[in-house]
Amino acid sequence: MIDTNTYLSRWPFRRLVGDETPDFVARLRKRNVAQAWAGSFDGILHKDIAGVNARLAADCRTYGKDFLVPFGSVNPTLPDWREDVRRCREEHKMPGIRLHPNYHGYQLADPVFAELLHLAAEQRLIVQLAVSMEDVRTQSVLARVPPVDLSALPEVVKNTPGARLVLLNWRPGVDEPEQLRSLATAGPIYFDIATVEGIEGIARLVEHLQPERILFGSNYPLFYFESALLKMRESGLSASRQQMLFEGNARRLLA
Amino acid sequence: MLNRRTLLTSFCAGGAMTLIDGEAAPPVAAEPARRFRIWDGHSHLEATPGDTPEQRMEVLIRCADRLGIERLILSQGYASDDHPTPDGLREENDRVLRAVRQFPERAYGSVYLSPSFPEFSLQEFDRCVRDGPMVGIGELQTDKRCNAPEMDAIVERAISMQAPILQHTWLNARGNGEGESTPYDLVELARRHPRANFICGHTGGDWERGIRIIRETKNISADMAGFDPTSGVVEMAVRELGPQRVVYGSDVGGRSFASQLAKVIGADIPDSAKELVLGGNLRRLLTPILRAKGLQA
Repeated sequence: MIDTNTYLSRWPFRRLVGDETPDFVARLRKRNVAQAWAGSFDGILHKDIAGVNARLAADCRTYGKDFLVPFGSVNPTLPDWREDVRRCREEHKMPGIRLHPNYHGYQLADPVFAELLHLAAEQRLIVQLAVSMEDVRTQSVLARVPPVDLSALPEVVKNTPGARLVLLNWRPGVDEPEQLRSLATAGPIYFDIATVEGIEGIARLVEHLQPERILFGSNYPLFYFESALLKMRESGLSASRQQMLFEGNARRLLA
Repeated sequence: MLNRRTLLTSFCAGGAMTLIDGEAAPPVAAEPARRFRIWDGHSHLEATPGDTPEQRMEVLIRCADRLGIERLILSQGYASDDHPTPDGLREENDRVLRAVRQFPERAYGSVYLSPSFPEFSLQEFDRCVRDGPMVGIGELQTDKRCNAPEMDAIVERAISMQAPILQHTWLNARGNGEGESTPYDLVELARRHPRANFICGHTGGDWERGIRIIRETKNISADMAGFDPTSGVVEMAVRELGPQRVVYGSDVGGRSFASQLAKVIGADIPDSAKELVLGGNLRRLLTPILRAKGLQA
């Protein structure tokens, strides 16, 4: 099982079970996770992104070699952000980067996002874009952050050959099946399951999306890991579909 | 404004019933839920495939089976109307009665009432609970907050049958809907009726505040249903309220059984506490009325 949506370090508003990296690794291994794609909570609010990514890479090496796969943070509103992309790729050997546009204060229609996506595509970096982190109804008064507006995304992706984009925690930002289809037909956009909801939610998602585009992701440790796992059970997918979502699609994307 | 229903239902409109792949589905990883007796205290027929209450109930039971959930407490929500008229309330209750009648070993009904129509609500309580098969009140989610004096007669009826009351509550950072109750409102009501048993629906959604609000009001339990599976909620609820005052519920079909069950299955609490949260507490709250009706917990 490959979990494509996990975070290391500290969530700013709450201590979480599993927010110490050795404990995080032990808990996921116990749940039969073979590999976890890990970003850093620090990348959401910290401005020293280079430091965040260096710590993330070191933690992955130290506590989870061949288990933790680091996805560095990039904030394209920071000066010299292209250097962060270079370090992720060349120094830390990361296969991808993780973006939080709503926390970093830019829109997907902004030219800098298109530039970032082009650069990532040239570097063969997977781009994970976190559409939301928390339900807007329960956010702190100090951090009322709506989901990323995805309306400009299909056009940007269409104009970026080679881009490989994964939407994390996307459900609050996509209200209608038509919007989902529009995203899926724009290019190679993948979708994790952490915030997919509703009865048999993943089985229904397969009605709207090619199953090859769906990735197992838990948003652990902010969410209980068992949420994603039990949603797979509830949806009653066939063995072959389960294998695709649990592992096959992620391995193909990473290859 | 986003509310529970608009946020959760847009992918879930009724339709195809054939959602499962042709191949037999094997077990997914471990089966952590099977060792507990699980009763779901908060379920609806909303946002579930199927054109009738019976069809929707079949879907719910199919999913409950996959997760080892023994019984559902089912209430309103088919029509997604927060401003129900007496006719609307009666229709909702009739749909629940139909759904439960089809699966009497797997579900109990809970009556939908409104303080906006107090006289009608008392008659409807008598029809569905005193003289009918239902075993509780709520989820109550109407256009009048639950601290309204019109709730008093409804609560007295509940006390007369020892029926628990599930009250919807939210603490929406963007502002509650008109008439939408908060945990503060429920505390006010519960203190007026210390002999009644209340369940604080969603624990206010903003559970770190909701748990603190209800902490000192011992006749209120915390419902774990219908908000994101944010890590730590069950641990905090058990720590602050004690394991006897925390109740698992899902809020299906807008939510999944799975994401809400995960809050308890994945929590760092002893198995003895999980047993209580997953069903023991709900069975304890329901035992008097079930016994009075000659039913087993």
